[in-house]
Formats: sequence, structure tokens, C-alpha cells
Amino acid sequence: MVRLKNSKQLQQLHRQLAAARPAGRPAVAVCGGTGCQAQGSLSLSDAFRRELKKRRLSKKVELRLTGCHGFCERGPLVLVFPQGVLYQRVKAKDVAEIVERTLKKGEIVERLLYQDPQTGKRIAREADIPFYRHQQRLVLKDNGHLDPTSINDYIAIGGYQALAKALKMGPAGVLDEVEASGLRGRGGAGFPTGRKWRICGSTPADTRYLVCNADEGDPGAFMDRSVLEGNPHSVIEGMLIGALAIGAGQGFVYVRQEYPLAVERLELALEHARAYGLLGAGVLGSSLEFDVTIKRGGGAFVCGEESALIASIEGRRGVPRRRPPYPAQQGLFGRPTCINNVETWANVPHVIKRGAKWFSAIGTAGSKGTKIFSLVGKVHNTGLVEVPMGISLRRIVFDIGGGIPGGKQFKAVQTGGPSGGCLPESKLDTPVDFDTLVAEGAMMGSGGMIVMDSSTCMVDVARYFTNFLKFESCGNCTSCRDGLIHMHRLLEKLCAGTAAPDTLERIESLAETIRRTSLCALGTTAVNPVLSTLRHFREEFVAHLEEKRCPAGVCKELITFTIDADKCTGCTLCAKNCPQDAIRGRKKKPHTIEQDKCIKCGICRDVCQYGAVLVK
Amino acid sequence: MSPVRQQTDELPAGLLERHQRGDAAGLVDLLHDIQAHFRYLPRPALEAAAAYLELPVTRVFEVATFYEGFHLKPRGEHVCTVCMGTACHVRGSQRVLEQLERDLSIASGQTTPDGKFTLEEVNCVGACALGPLLIVDGQFQGNMTPARASRLVGKLGKRG
Repeated sequence: MVRLKNSKQLQQLHRQLAAARPAGRPAVAVCGGTGCQAQGSLSLSDAFRRELKKRRLSKKVELRLTGCHGFCERGPLVLVFPQGVLYQRVKAKDVAEIVERTLKKGEIVERLLYQDPQTGKRIAREADIPFYRHQQRLVLKDNGHLDPTSINDYIAIGGYQALAKALKMGPAGVLDEVEASGLRGRGGAGFPTGRKWRICGSTPADTRYLVCNADEGDPGAFMDRSVLEGNPHSVIEGMLIGALAIGAGQGFVYVRQEYPLAVERLELALEHARAYGLLGAGVLGSSLEFDVTIKRGGGAFVCGEESALIASIEGRRGVPRRRPPYPAQQGLFGRPTCINNVETWANVPHVIKRGAKWFSAIGTAGSKGTKIFSLVGKVHNTGLVEVPMGISLRRIVFDIGGGIPGGKQFKAVQTGGPSGGCLPESKLDTPVDFDTLVAEGAMMGSGGMIVMDSSTCMVDVARYFTNFLKFESCGNCTSCRDGLIHMHRLLEKLCAGTAAPDTLERIESLAETIRRTSLCALGTTAVNPVLSTLRHFREEFVAHLEEKRCPAGVCKELITFTIDADKCTGCTLCAKNCPQDAIRGRKKKPHTIEQDKCIKCGICRDVCQYGAVLVK
Repeated sequence: MSPVRQQTDELPAGLLERHQRGDAAGLVDLLHDIQAHFRYLPRPALEAAAAYLELPVTRVFEVATFYEGFHLKPRGEHVCTVCMGTACHVRGSQRVLEQLERDLSIASGQTTPDGKFTLEEVNCVGACALGPLLIVDGQFQGNMTPARASRLVGKLGKRG
């Protein structure tokens, strides 16, 4: 790699690389995201390499192992260009057929196509699949097309052009543009990015820091991981533009230790950017000097909170401190520090490249641009979706997500992770933006969206989140540390059917204390999952409390497993699998469960092919 | 499967030197490197880290015990981690965990007496679309059921 001395040389390199990969060129993009890798995409990519070599097509067809395509449910995913055909659940044994039929003859392998669960029709092109068709991809757009280990791929599609433009605009111009775009932080709080940059840049200091918060701790959210793994240069470019605007010399990316692949990809990307002179002293021949260091987290949810994150980077326990002063004024090592999350940084190059006017045309009055959500749980099409702000929950869950599998009823959607809340069916037309969700008792958070159906118990969900936060509380504030332990105990008793009659009132009063007297957002929002479920699903709490009944059939102490004698064929499968040896019955005769031995593990229900195991 | 390290508490040459002497901010990174070598944090290594970074030993322990990712006790030959993220939870991860607790006769967070298995929970590894997720020695196994988890771990136990 040759150091790029100025923007002109970057342009030349871009033209040269773009010319080498013309639009109509055949290519195979195998998804190399964590989800598809878990389903075997690495060996699939090797199989393609061997097959292409065998048929002497290696030069003609480009093979790329890309970042996450988002449709994890159907992985491993393979995109074939120029047609843009998406093959799903591809196995190594399918490779020869794809190469022979699609790459050589331009035909389509029907059986590997996605089948619409509603219409039963098979759909060939990625762009026509409802999961993708209803999305508006900006940050995730290039994930399926780029080899994240190649800086040349990024430059070929126009990467680092926004940086070149920003250098021409100068710090003041960049600040004005980002402020005018209305971009707000994607990490949860939704603070206006431009305003944060201005505060940080205008605080007098000998040096300033930038931090990319990649401590994506919300369970159920994985968009930041996918951006870092799939398009790491977009984050680096965003940080470079931020460094120019604020006057920062050093940046940090704070990555969760649970994301080793993200760290690996980012390390490589930084190395390549340095070799091209895009990081270090005199970026593209300008006076900008900036470099980025990776800091690994230690596995503490609270470190997503900015003052705890700073403590962790400084090598201390991740305990939050009082704000103000805000990190933008006094942060890392006492210097002004601008902290934005991965998705925010990845939006910045788009804002600069296409302008504030273009960006602010997407979204609602108060929330501009797009937002990535991880749509997971009890929904047909799980994966990452990027949509314009203001879209309704219903469109995300039903149009993109394809509704609830197994003929079950939609019950709730949980947004905002442990700080957020659950919204019921009646709130499905709520537009998804920063302010509306908060008004409904939930929040956008970093973008986890967990769909729940009629077999999800809302009291159990409240208990789950409280248990999570009880463990993750740093222990600094008594109300959060001890309050959550007590809250969890109250919810456990509800689930066990042993709660005192005034439990719901006690939950509400305790929640108010925790909310009012905790220092950081972990504590103040910790009660949201409890309060929102109580608000929208009170009858379910009452059923647990007064009737000792779990309507969803989840809470073990309140349910019994029985076998429907009419449906049971006596196949003995349940009896063979029962870990307690609690199922009795002769071959081809209806079986029964001995209640005193049953531990309610549910394995019999899993294995029964006749739906004969009932839960009451 | 990660190789079993030699039962010695001595830090490999050059490990400390990859970090800056006396740089307190490098503590978390150094602990990661030590753990990558031993698969846990042995006390003598923590004392060596404290001396190298010019920090009191209490400070090193304070940090090592705060973060979930650090282990102060040796871990089993095979590490089975059940993801307890929300998406995995609503799809039944608790039942996967309970099945493994029964199979291995240990509680979550413990290691079998023969040192073969450690059973752990993690709060989310961001592979939510594949939930419930079981991670066996770093390998992600999606759409897990109690019965499949049982078979997987049973096979590992036999292989030794």
C-alpha cells in the first residue's frame, strides 16, 4: 500500500479500483457475519473458492466474504451478482449447482430461494424479499457488498470521500452541517450529535479525545457488532470527520469482550488506514493528526454508560460518576471527550457526503435519518432491519418481520433493552422515534426489538430484566443495588404464587424510589420493564397474584403438565426423553405423567409430535 | 477446543512487556492478555501485573473481580456458555441451562469435579437471531433445545 499524499490521490485510487469492478461483473458474496459463521458460512466460502478454481472461474468471478447481510434467520446467505439473487440456508453441497447454473448459465436454483410464508411464493432477488423491500438501508447498505478486511473495497465504493470533503469544508463547516442534519445519538439517549461536538470542541483544553462506544450491552441488540464487523471503515471515517470538527488527536473504540470478531476486523481496518496515511500525522496531506486505539471491555453492562465507560478505559472499575461536568467538558483523563456510539459514527460520512438537507429529509420532525433495529424473538424473519425514523411498530413486526410464527398471537414488543419497556398490540401503530416511544413508557435504546407472543409470560419478562439488572448494577447506589434485589424477590414470589396481597402496590412504590434516587441511567431506567409490563398487562400480574395462575404457561410453580389421552398415540418418545422418568404408559397406549416426579422441564412437550402434552 | 495450559503460574516471557510499565490505564488490557494465556487469572500473575503497572494488588483485584469476563478460578477443559439474552430467554434458554445443570450435576458458574466442564451464562453475545444459543468452546450453536444440548455435551464427555 502506498501512502496517499492528498485527496487527489485518493480520487485516483478510487477511480482505478472502481474501474476494476464494473457493475455487471459476476460475483458471489457469502455472508461472514457472526450469525452466518455459526451456521457454517466459512466452510461455504471455502467450497466456493475450490469450485471456482476447479472450473477456472477464479479470475472471472469475484468471491467475497462479506459482513452481516442482516437476514440471520435464513443463513448462511449467499448473494449472486449481477442478478442480485439471494440464496438462503445454503450448504456446501449446493455450491457446484450454484456455480454451474447461476454463474455459468444465468439460471436460478429455485429450491434455495426464500419462500414467502404468507403467499408461498419463492422470491429470487434480494431487493424483492419483503424483509428487505420495506427497509431503507443507509448504514447497512454496503454490508452485503464489501469484504470488511479490504480497505480497497471500501474505497472502490467511494469510501473516505466524505473525509476528503470534510477536510475541504473545515471544522466549522463540518460542525454546521452535522448540526443542521439533526443527527441524534443512536446509543439510546438521542442527544443531538452536532451540539455534543460543539460543546466538546469549544471547551478549552490542551488535548481532546473521541470515543466510539461499542459496548453494545443491551441483550437482544447486535447492530453495532454487525456494523463493526461488516463495515469497520465507515466507523473510522466517521471518527476522522469528528476529530477534524472537534480538534481531537486521539480516539478510542471501546468494544465488548464478547465481540472478538469485531475487534479483529477493526484492528485490520486500522492497520490498513494507517498504511494509506488516512490515520496518523498529516491525514491526506492536511494538518489533521488522529489515530485510534482499541480498548476491550471486561464484560460489564454498566460500561455502556459514558462515565463508567471512561472509568473502564482508564483501567478502573466501571462505576459511573455524577454528571455534570459531562464528558464533553471533562471526560477521559480529565480532558473534553466526545462519546458517540458505533451507529452514530457510521452515519457521519453519509451526512457529510450527501449533505444535511438530504439527510434531514428522512425521518420525522424530531428524529432524522434511519435507525437499525435487531428484530428478534417470536417473529418469522429475525435479523437486522434499517428503517426510516417514524415507521410504525406494526410495519416492522408484520411487513418486515412477517408476523408471528406457529399461528400464535402477537402479545408485545420490547424495545430499548433493560432500560426500555413492553408495548402491547394496541400500541402497534406507534411511530418509532426517540420521543414517541419514551412517551409510551418504552424507549428506542440502542435498537433491540424483541417480539413476544401468547406463550411469553409478561411477569416472567419483568422478572428476567430485573434479574439481569440486579447482576449488572455496579453497587454504587443503595437504591439500585439493594432495591433491585428486593424488586426481583417480589417478582419471584409473584411467579411462584406466594406473593402478598399488596405486592403490586409495593412494586410501584419501590420502583418510584429506585427511579428517583439512583445516580446513573442504569438505575433510573431499571424499573421501566417492570412498570411498562404492569401498565399494559396488569391483568396478567393479577392472575399470578390472585388466582395463582400463569396464563402463558411459563411460570413453573403455577403450571402442570398433562397428557391428552385422545391425542397420545403411545409412541413412548416422551417417556424415553423424560429426565425424571416420570412418564408411565405401555406402547401404543396413552401415557400419563406422575406429578410428584415431574420437574416441568418441558422436554416431553418439545419431543411430542402429536401435540398431546398440555400445559395448564 | 482450547488447549489446556501447563499447570504453571509463571507468566510467559514478553507478556508484560507488551504493555507500558506503570500505565494504570492498561490494566484491563493486561488482564485480558493474562487470561488469554492461563484461561483464568492466577494470583501470582495478578501480583506480577500489579508490580509491573505500579499499582496496589488490591486495585488489581478490585478490577479483576468487577468485570464478569474475568475468572479467578481455573476453568474446565470444555466451557459451555448459555446465552441468557432477552431473545434467547423468550425462546427458552433457561430450560437449556437447567438441562445442562442436570446433566453435569453442577450449578451455573461451576466446574465439574473432574475439571472437564465449566457451565456459564452470558448476558448476550449478539447472535440473537439464532436464539437460544449455546456456545461450546467458543463455537456458536444456534436454535438450541434441551435435548440437543444434552446430546452435544454428552458427546464431548465421551470423547474426553
